[in-house]
Amino acid sequence: MTVQSETSTVETATGKAKTMVLNMGPQHPSTHGVLRILLELDGENVVKAIPDMGYLHTGIEKSCEDKTYSQAITLTDRIDYLNPLGNNLAYCLAVEKLLGIEVPKRAQYIRVLMVELQRVSSHLVWLGTHAIDLGAMSVFLYCFREREEILKIFEFVTGQRMMTSYIRIGGLALEPPTGYLQRVEKFVNMMPSRIDEYEELLTGNRIWIGRTKGVGYISADDAIALSMTGPVLRAAGVPYDNRKVFPYSSYEEFDFDVPTRTDSDVFARYMIRVAEMRESLKIIRQAMKKIPPEGPVRTDAPGIVPPEREKMKTEMEALIYHFKIFTEGFSPPPGEVFAAVESPRGELGVFVASDGSPKPLRVHFRAPSFINLQALPKLIEGKLIADVIACIGTIDIVLGEVDR
Amino acid sequence: MVERLRGWSPNAISEVIEFRGETTIVVPRNLLRDVAERCRGDKDLRFNLLSDATCVDRYPLEPRFEVNYHLVSIPRSDRLRLQVRLSADDPVVNSLVPVWPGANWLEREIFDLFGIRFTGHPDLRRILMPDDWEGHPLRKDFPVEGYRDIPAIATRYTRNRT
Repeated sequence: MTVQSETSTVETATGKAKTMVLNMGPQHPSTHGVLRILLELDGENVVKAIPDMGYLHTGIEKSCEDKTYSQAITLTDRIDYLNPLGNNLAYCLAVEKLLGIEVPKRAQYIRVLMVELQRVSSHLVWLGTHAIDLGAMSVFLYCFREREEILKIFEFVTGQRMMTSYIRIGGLALEPPTGYLQRVEKFVNMMPSRIDEYEELLTGNRIWIGRTKGVGYISADDAIALSMTGPVLRAAGVPYDNRKVFPYSSYEEFDFDVPTRTDSDVFARYMIRVAEMRESLKIIRQAMKKIPPEGPVRTDAPGIVPPEREKMKTEMEALIYHFKIFTEGFSPPPGEVFAAVESPRGELGVFVASDGSPKPLRVHFRAPSFINLQALPKLIEGKLIADVIACIGTIDIVLGEVDR
Repeated sequence: MVERLRGWSPNAISEVIEFRGETTIVVPRNLLRDVAERCRGDKDLRFNLLSDATCVDRYPLEPRFEVNYHLVSIPRSDRLRLQVRLSADDPVVNSLVPVWPGANWLEREIFDLFGIRFTGHPDLRRILMPDDWEGHPLRKDFPVEGYRDIPAIATRYTRNRT
């Protein structure tokens, strides 16, 4: 992006002063990736902020158009790399809606379990990096210790730590291994005391309060007008959560609260995310009780869902379907659907348009980081440059998702 | 919902599509902003959140482009899709930034990747691609691997021989 390098003059308390343009990023530790912000400064005050992105643009939406519906799942992992299971879920829900197929209850509950674990792990990364940006080094180490436990569970269940591709169209990729619920239980029993530990380090900490309270305020009306969703909107007092408002994957059967606050500052968003971690643990506990020990994890939709390996070796039809799914793919009816889930960052929507061919006509991701980042100038203009870091952190952006 | 908009202006809706429980209202191009304002302001509709805006390229069919706005009503827990169809030779439509300020970056993205121009947009620049990029990558006539600087192997071979 080109920017006029000449500076303008601004009125200050002591008279007229020249402003200065500062390039923050694209390689700055607190921008969580490759985000560049052009800051026009009057001393320490931000006069104007222009975010500039696209450094991580990989054309995922274009690539999806060249793949079959099942192949595109691997690309969805790489959009928001802190929430791969959530991306898989959003994409699969959209394609399932397009096809009009139902997923077995057991698979739905396992999906919920995995996605909520993912939410905790994403919030842990957020908390750790946000705290380190604001100078609290030790929280980072604690958060990554617990995140590692979640990644180990993912590795055990899905075979991958991060790019899981576990949720597939019509169900799950694999039957989860025996003993996975014991591992989850061990984690769920350990986690509440660990969250208390983080809170002990931060919530009452005078430096933390000084850096976060009253910083980055946005009113509820402005937040809605700027299309913000997720913890940022809930910290402004709007209880908008897709899991409650437009339930998917049997979320309506779970009992949990949507934490909201009204202060709408960096501190409130921190409190919201901590509360959300506790709510997620509540959902995980319920899901563990609900998951039946036996039952299918894939729906019975010949020609769409790959057949079981056993059947493939014994039944001719299954063999043919298997071959057709992995060579040609399947063709959903023409139409357009939009499916939204609540990602850790906000409303993650997937828009899929089909023209009746085995490859999608268009796949679009409504990336919450991208849209929430739009409000950054509003949060920081007129504030101090030190608050810029707190404000970038509080939106919780993932640049892979911003640029796609 | 549909009756409410029809009652306001019979021309406001050119087509209603119901598919998999989702309602899409196709709006004539010149009425888009009016309908959007109506959807946001009407006390029975109250679509206060613009969730998403995106575009579909149906090349080589005509009208080629479909611009979709996904609206959410937080107080009523409802969703709606507004659709505008644009032809290939005149892909221009009124911007919805005056109605929902959040449309700003979404429309910039559509402009960047599809080359659709939004009149009345305050800051219509490329957002993801570099400023000097040629073409609009999400159009169907844009090759998936991009336009290459290096000529294909066959042409290089023939050039060396002559």
